Amino acid sequence: MATDPIAGEITSACVDSHGSAIGMPQLCAEWIPNQVFWLVITLVVIFFVLSRIALPRIASVLAERQGTITNDIAAAEELKRQAADAEAAYDKALADARAEAQAIGQQTREDIKAKLEEATREADAQIAAKTAESEAAIAEIRASALANVEIVAKDTAEAIVAALGGKTDQAAISTAVDNRMKG
Amino acid sequence: MATEATQGAEMAGHGAEHAAETGGLVFHPMDQFIVKPLFGDGAVGMFTITNVTLWMAIAILVIVALMVLGTSRRAVVPSRSQSVAELAYGFIHKMVEDVTGKEGLVYFPYIMTLFMFIVVANFLGLIPMSFTTTSHFAVTVVLALCVFLGVTILGFVKNGPSFLSMFWVTSAPLALRPVLAIIEIISYFVRPVSHSIRLAGNVMAGHAVIKVFAGFAGLAIISPLSIVAITAIYGLEVMVAFVQAYVFTILTCVYLKDALHPHH
Repeated sequence: MATDPIAGEITSACVDSHGSAIGMPQLCAEWIPNQVFWLVITLVVIFFVLSRIALPRIASVLAERQGTITNDIAAAEELKRQAADAEAAYDKALADARAEAQAIGQQTREDIKAKLEEATREADAQIAAKTAESEAAIAEIRASALANVEIVAKDTAEAIVAALGGKTDQAAISTAVDNRMKG
Repeated sequence: MATEATQGAEMAGHGAEHAAETGGLVFHPMDQFIVKPLFGDGAVGMFTITNVTLWMAIAILVIVALMVLGTSRRAVVPSRSQSVAELAYGFIHKMVEDVTGKEGLVYFPYIMTLFMFIVVANFLGLIPMSFTTTSHFAVTVVLALCVFLGVTILGFVKNGPSFLSMFWVTSAPLALRPVLAIIEIISYFVRPVSHSIRLAGNVMAGHAVIKVFAGFAGLAIISPLSIVAITAIYGLEVMVAFVQAYVFTILTCVYLKDALHPHH
């Protein structure tokens, strides 16, 4: 603090004529009542300000914050639980869908296999029928061809006999041709 | 002039020789503690408005600004000032609860009042040109006597005559107990003395040392060193300002604990 020498103006036993302290100002008896008085006033004011306004307010703010934190933690727990439930449900749905898909696949495979077997059987039957039919046709054709050959042979033999000047005996020629063809 | 400077320096316990040697330098380390009327130059009576009044009023305003205005928004997510107020509240509340137990929390507002006044007055005293109210024994003795008387009365009200068993150390051998009782009683009555002088002494010494160093700044050669020293001491004083408020408060809690639970 700046020392402004106010010569002889301060009327105190603890301050000299230059305004400087004589000894320790802390031990100056004449200032003590003043300090005690204002200190008591100050402490009373601070006490009432703190105990009536400030401390209850801070206590309520802290309690409110604690409550908010507790609630938020509880809400977070709840949301976490819900998320876990949702995940479990999703997993279950996924597993179900996979099993169903597998079942459908299996079913489809079996159906196709059955149809295929049936178709194969049908085709086999058709092929067998066609084969039999063809064999019959071939036999018929072969038989008719032999008959034609016989006729041609008999006609040819008759013509040859006639050409050679012999008498054409129908029956004899036919027998002879038959015998030849058998031989 | 020189004798006064020497006298003042001796009181501060520092720089006495330097003051006597250099002579030309002006040391008034104790002038900062003079109580003077704010208006006029009359004598300081009991109800005179003095610099004590001014700086105590500023302390009240700071406390109101911090603890009442700072918390007026009651925000769940606190602003800076509300954080500081909550920090101070939590610090002292926890201290009272830890030292005295749950039943000591009834006295929390009283202890909070002491702490807030001391810590704010100490820090206000660190403002250059300010007046430090807590550097006066008159102030700290009143604070300590409030604690001493309050705790003693509370001890007798809560425990009756068995409060005196605090002085009768039953864990010691019987022959030693009367001796220990005398020592305990002396130490009990020394409490307010040490309690008050520790605070005022620390604050006063630091401020006086700063003034002594500031006095050396008058010499051009020494002044850079002097400024560095002032800065360093100021840093120390910032710590002392808080630590002494803390010490005063925690000792109050310890004394309160003795009153609530006198049986060791």
